[in-house]
Amino acid sequence: MKIKVIKKNKAGRSAAASVKRDRETWVLRLYVAGQIPKTVTAFNNLKVICEDQLKGHYVIEVVDLVKHPKFAHDDQILAVPTLVRKSPLPERNVIGDLSNTERVLAGLDLVAH
Amino acid sequence: MKKKEAAGPLTVLQKSPTSIQGLDEITGGGLPKGRPTLVCGGAGCGKTLFAMEFLVRGATIYNEPGVFISFEETEKELTANVASLGFDLDNLVKRKKIWLEHIHIERSEYQQSGEYDLEGLFIRIHLAIESVGAKRVVLDTIESLFAELPNPLILRAELRRLFRWLKRKGVTTIVTAERGDGTLTRQGLEEYVSDCVILLDHRVNDQSSIRRLRIVKYRGSTHGTNEYPFLIDEDGFSVLPVTSIGLNYFSSPDRISTGIQRLDTMLSGKGYFRSSTVLVSGTAGTGKTSIAASFAEAACKRGERVLYFTFEESPSQLVRNMRSIGIDLDPWAKKGLLQFHATRPTLYGLETHLTTSIKLINKFNPSIVILDPINGFMIGENKFEVKTMLLRLVDFLKMKRVTAFFTSLTSATDNMEIPDVYISSLIDTWLLLRDIEIGGERNRGLYVLKSRGMAHSNQIREFRLTNHGIELLDVYVGADGVLTGSARLSQETKDDAEQLLRQQEIGSKQFSLERKRDAMEAQIIVLRSEFEAEQSEALKVINIEKARNERFTQDKVKMAKSRRGDVYVKTAVTSRKK
Repeated sequence: MKIKVIKKNKAGRSAAASVKRDRETWVLRLYVAGQIPKTVTAFNNLKVICEDQLKGHYVIEVVDLVKHPKFAHDDQILAVPTLVRKSPLPERNVIGDLSNTERVLAGLDLVAH
Repeated sequence: MKKKEAAGPLTVLQKSPTSIQGLDEITGGGLPKGRPTLVCGGAGCGKTLFAMEFLVRGATIYNEPGVFISFEETEKELTANVASLGFDLDNLVKRKKIWLEHIHIERSEYQQSGEYDLEGLFIRIHLAIESVGAKRVVLDTIESLFAELPNPLILRAELRRLFRWLKRKGVTTIVTAERGDGTLTRQGLEEYVSDCVILLDHRVNDQSSIRRLRIVKYRGSTHGTNEYPFLIDEDGFSVLPVTSIGLNYFSSPDRISTGIQRLDTMLSGKGYFRSSTVLVSGTAGTGKTSIAASFAEAACKRGERVLYFTFEESPSQLVRNMRSIGIDLDPWAKKGLLQFHATRPTLYGLETHLTTSIKLINKFNPSIVILDPINGFMIGENKFEVKTMLLRLVDFLKMKRVTAFFTSLTSATDNMEIPDVYISSLIDTWLLLRDIEIGGERNRGLYVLKSRGMAHSNQIREFRLTNHGIELLDVYVGADGVLTGSARLSQETKDDAEQLLRQQEIGSKQFSLERKRDAMEAQIIVLRSEFEAEQSEALKVINIEKARNERFTQDKVKMAKSRRGDVYVKTAVTSRKK
């Protein structure tokens, strides 16, 4: 898999309060199309949310469909950016630049603090 | 026309042929090349098939690979669905002629947070196009995105961008859409895809379905504007642009025999015109089918092909029945010159009948087509539709130079001509079969109601079905009117007896005249002999008188001589005068 792994942090240090689930690692995949402002916005928004909610046990995989168009077909992606919660199952999807944090939390089934 | 002239030959829109039967004729060559075309219509009207056929024909005939983006059916479903129409999608996909892409999304899976775009879809379409080098793209049915993705505003903008993008790519695209309430499409896609809009319609009239196609719009091109019937069958999609044929077909001066010698005679000695339209109408059991069968047999004997549509009898029943009047159609059917096609008219709608007929005619290429009878089509108050259908068929047949032969059943209670009046204008030669009831029997009379372009007989003929075919006999026209059947026979015997009597009378008159002449001549002989006897008697007397006279003169001379008088000279003169 040609997935760019942005951050991997297994050690669950502080911020225990905000962790809803147990210590299992969340795998979040963000599908984007090229290095455009919307991509950057989405990634930054996601990173903020993850740091806030899942600090220490999340992985963000970014798939650039321009570089790897086959993923669009294989993973049935139409809209970009699309965020997919690959783990824990079941998969959940959020589309958009993730500027609305509440919607992202609801979409990922992360309870807001 | 005006549009075309204004456009001029240089800027003529390039077209992408669909090879869908009839559609290229209406559109003047196909869909606009490199532009999107909107195909809309209600559920089950054949949008997907239309689009699929466009792709498959493009891939197989024009070597233009295609991409099918399906938003509803999966690749497997699509392949199975169109296999019934003879398209081997699996093979085409393997050969990289066609790319099937199923786009599956469910709204419940999506939460929207902020703005998004459809770049993923663009990338997928782009990848698909690149994979096979596609020239044709189908988006079936892209509107379903509205049900599945949030924020219609974004979607609209994105679709507009998509169509522009496809146009830039130069691929000929078909976008299908469901028909909306009072609008062409539910989401108003016609606003974005406006180069060509084709509307498919599937309606039901009198329990039979009719499919129609109409080109709502075709920017930069002339096109047929009517509603055209179309058909979906095992050969795919076919549109019938028959109404576009018009009245400029060629009319043949050739004549073909009717198969009944005396009927040929009635039609100025040579029979029907080739590629004309013949109608035989009459009440039940007047022998319409028999006339049709005679015509068919005659044609087969000439080596021509006959396509016989029978809407009441099965082919075997027809063959059997015709055998009883000495017409054996079976050998011709076996030889392949005669082809039967038996269906119940109520089985399909008119359009289906028309389209299947036309397909069969195209396939079999007959020189004669028989429809026996055309009444079955007339269900309820659909006379106008039936007329339109027959008009299309007649036009088509004329164009193909096929002779059309229709039979029509008229009701005994109706006035003979009225039920057929509305198709009369289509008919070139119209034979009418009539029942004539006299003297407790029913006989058949035939006459030519009209026959365009020939001096046809105005006589009624008695029409008899014998075990050696059809016979036409002169009817008895006398003081008592028209007589047929045994009335005619008895009248004829009566006539014969009378004639014999008259002949005898003439004979005896002649005889007595002879006798009179003989008598007269005998009398003449008697008279002559009497005369001759009298004559000779008279001559005798005359001679005696003459001799006496002479002697008297001589005596006088002698006397004078002896008297030496001057009487001598005078006497000499008188004697010389004698």
